[in-house]
Amino acid sequence: MSRKVKLFELAHARAGDKGTITNICLFPYDEKIYPLLEQQVTAEKVKELFSELVAGEVIRYDIPSLKGFNFVLQGTRSGGVSSALAIDAHGKSLSYGLLELEIDVED
Amino acid sequence: MKSKSVRIGSGAGYAGDRIDPAIELAEKGNIQYICFECLAERTIALAQLEKRDKPHRGYGQFLEARMEAMLPFCAERGLVMISNLGAANPSAALMKTLEIAERLDIRPLKIAAISGDDVLESLAAVNRPVWETGQPVKELVDSIISANAYLGVETILPALSEQCNVIITGRVADPSLYLAPMIYELGWSVDSWTHLGAGTAIAHLLECAAQVTGGYFVDPGKKDVPDLAHIGFPLAEIYQGGEGVITKVPGTGGAVSVPTCKEQLLYEVHDPSRYLTPDVMADFSQVTLTEIGVDRVMIRGASGSIRPDDLKVSLGIREGYIGEGEISYAGHGALKRARLSAEIVQERLKKRRISFRDMKTEIIGYNALLGSIADRVAVNPFEVRLRVAAKCDTMHDAEKVGEEVENLYLNGPAGPGGARKYVRPVIGIVSTSIPRDMVKTSMDIVELP
Repeated sequence: MSRKVKLFELAHARAGDKGTITNICLFPYDEKIYPLLEQQVTAEKVKELFSELVAGEVIRYDIPSLKGFNFVLQGTRSGGVSSALAIDAHGKSLSYGLLELEIDVED
Repeated sequence: MKSKSVRIGSGAGYAGDRIDPAIELAEKGNIQYICFECLAERTIALAQLEKRDKPHRGYGQFLEARMEAMLPFCAERGLVMISNLGAANPSAALMKTLEIAERLDIRPLKIAAISGDDVLESLAAVNRPVWETGQPVKELVDSIISANAYLGVETILPALSEQCNVIITGRVADPSLYLAPMIYELGWSVDSWTHLGAGTAIAHLLECAAQVTGGYFVDPGKKDVPDLAHIGFPLAEIYQGGEGVITKVPGTGGAVSVPTCKEQLLYEVHDPSRYLTPDVMADFSQVTLTEIGVDRVMIRGASGSIRPDDLKVSLGIREGYIGEGEISYAGHGALKRARLSAEIVQERLKKRRISFRDMKTEIIGYNALLGSIADRVAVNPFEVRLRVAAKCDTMHDAEKVGEEVENLYLNGPAGPGGARKYVRPVIGIVSTSIPRDMVKTSMDIVELP
């Protein structure tokens, strides 16, 4: 049996901004589920999740030595932090958007 | 100089950061150096504007308070302070620091100011494209407020050789502030790329201060960290081979753990194997982090390759004005009333022919931060706050945005609470590059025996 679990149950994340690009790093609390995230938290899924907020590409970098991932989201704000219209001009809250993603976990 | 190790503390992670953790670190951290990163891209553009009006100003916002707090440690305990608090005017920052030291009779001090990152004059001649848009820099010249190159460690090292104990810079890459004392103390060569990459990884963990000791991390019930009101800023002990231990003063709040370090290591990083600074192309992709004690994390495995020929330049650009208005609704149907209000404001601005380049409406308490991701979770918030923001060419048009929101009090849905309106000038930040040899830096030193 598998069930749907939101990422915030399994992993933690942090967002950073540079110009019009946001990065979100993602780490499982339990390193044993790294392969599960590797398989299911794809760049495509993340792009779809953020479809309204991300204009450009999403790239995933894997860092096996840290059992983590770095998602680079291009075109998240027009003009970067100082000229963005959003109240969260930095995009610091976007990590919690990623943690809303659901994945399938085998019981 | 060659030591086996060096201890460096982080005194600030942004311009407005807390001051008391830096004092605690200087008092109890047994550190030789304390670095203050206080210069965001927008901060330097604003400082440049201030300098135009007042030639003796344009340095960092809290320079006075930070100097008053730190100078006694520099004079009496041999602590060396390195900071980009010089912002748009390192020479003026030096004079101000001298004035503070004389007034409080703090000595001996040897203060250096490093200038030359302002490349506005030479930019048109270089005329490289803007990274974000591909547009040649020349086309933007009339709207550019500031152009500052990211300088590296080679501008700070001479001040260390001169035994300065206060070093003030303008735009220097954040990690370079920390990497320079590592190079100087540990005797690394400036082309020992593996060492520089390893040092840059440690610098990167330190440069945002509390972000590695539990700040920007805590999530009650999931990621708990004690005593954030008294959070300790980090320090690192760095060894000859490039390994380091991240820690903090015992008894301070917060925590240094593998998870806090993991999150910070990738903060604002894109490709972890190619983290570009003026000093090195650092590679964080093989890093390992190990907890070796309470609030002690060992970092190993970062490396690097040859530094870039060009320096990154950050440009501040005038981009008109942002006008915004906010208004709240509560109770039954709050979300519907907020949505209706958004429609009314949009229709009014259109009818009044207010011209804007871009507009955003968001409902705080519902979808302001994460947009349509909110729709994945069915919620019916009890209180919401509508926010309408638009970017306009003129202040006049920008003012109308907030006015139309405020007008909802009498002309819009029932139960509106707490309307607010704001207008602010917009400074956009874009990047370009400049050949390294076109940037000429200089150093002023003043000694107070």
